[in-house]
Amino acid sequence: MREFVDARGQKCPLPVIRLARAAKVLDPGDRVLVLADDPAARHDIPAWARLKGHVVTLSDEGAHTAYEIVIGDPASG
Amino acid sequence: MPSPTPESTPARVLLDAAQGPLDPVARDTLLAAVDAGWADPRRLHREGRQAALLLDRARELLADGLGVRPDELSLHPSGTHALLTGVRGLRRARRRVGEALVTSVIDQAALLREPAPLTGVPVDASGRLDDSAWRTAVSAAGVAVAALAVANGEIGTTQHLDAAAQACVDAGVPLLLDATSAWGRLPLPLHGQVYAADAASFAGPPLGVLAVRTGTRFAAEGPVSGPERGREPAPPLVPLALAAAEAWQQGAAARAHDTDVAAALVDRIRMAAAGVPDVEVVGDPVERLPHVVTFSALYVDGETLVHEFDRRGFAVASGSACTADTLEPSHVLAGIGALTHGNVRITLPLPSLHPTLTDGVERFCAELPDVIATVRAHLGTDRL
Repeated sequence: MREFVDARGQKCPLPVIRLARAAKVLDPGDRVLVLADDPAARHDIPAWARLKGHVVTLSDEGAHTAYEIVIGDPASG
Repeated sequence: MPSPTPESTPARVLLDAAQGPLDPVARDTLLAAVDAGWADPRRLHREGRQAALLLDRARELLADGLGVRPDELSLHPSGTHALLTGVRGLRRARRRVGEALVTSVIDQAALLREPAPLTGVPVDASGRLDDSAWRTAVSAAGVAVAALAVANGEIGTTQHLDAAAQACVDAGVPLLLDATSAWGRLPLPLHGQVYAADAASFAGPPLGVLAVRTGTRFAAEGPVSGPERGREPAPPLVPLALAAAEAWQQGAAARAHDTDVAAALVDRIRMAAAGVPDVEVVGDPVERLPHVVTFSALYVDGETLVHEFDRRGFAVASGSACTADTLEPSHVLAGIGALTHGNVRITLPLPSLHPTLTDGVERFCAELPDVIATVRAHLGTDRL
């Protein structure tokens, strides 16, 4: 499964909250794509992924950043 | 008739003493000195000479506190002023060798805003310097000066200075140690040629102190015969210097005990915060400032947390973007890869000056889970 969260224009901690809501119903190996332009999200989305055992890849797309999250195994997260 | 204290208002618990209330004796000294030492110490009349004498006395005491000579010391409006004055003076003196400044990515924000060339050496997740990256950076061609905080004032982590200082010695690069958060809280290392410090760290007034050890190549902006050895355009306010010196003296007897008490209270807070779901306590748990701790809670914003604590009688700070005057969160939290939202930063005051501190910390630890749960429920994030 693949979820999409457009958090552009939203400030911390909203992008992480919306991402966590989307991730809650997913299984290991599922993906979430997040678009965000809040500078704090650049630190907080990777920090959230580390705390929860997910894997995140960032790519700059001009005015915003795209975050591709692969949901990890909760047993190890 | 004594005025009744409303019983419904519990005492405030001060957990943000980065710039705390003055030591009470230092406060009295400050007020008395406003009458006795108001004059410009450069003036030749009796009042000016009196102010100059008082300033000399304060300088001797502060120099002794820092372990340097009075003629090596200059006083500045803040610790950050002292730090920048030191870095600029070292840079200016070395400009024929090079221009680059080497520091760490979690050193003071004002330092990281100094003009390029500037290298910010990375730190690990606890905030400890990458020693080999530091050695590489200070050994590079064109380095004028290296500056490093003895301990980080936001997350508390102390640095292993032996290796960092030796790399500077080997490269022939002068090292400035930023002790603005550590002075009076931990024994200071003797590795540096230049020290920046702040009397606010031990319940003095905010007053920057810069010590440049004799023999260090240093080019002040003004003439050495000018105020503060040419390092300031004007002399300090003499009453502030006296109050700073008084706070240093007053703290001496209790210093070791204060360190132990604060360290135990921070252990208590770290344990309480770590027990709350989705809260991460950051910084080194052991090798750290005794009185500083920070943690971040997922799914809440720092501003709402600070207000909720404030409403319940606790003064705490935060490194989250939402509480700062910019959109950028704390560069220290970002630099160690920690969560920047939902951040709470605690800087304990000196325990000997605040007899109710232990009780206040216990209350804080007891209310902490409910504060975070309340804010999460309010934001609808309690079931994430």
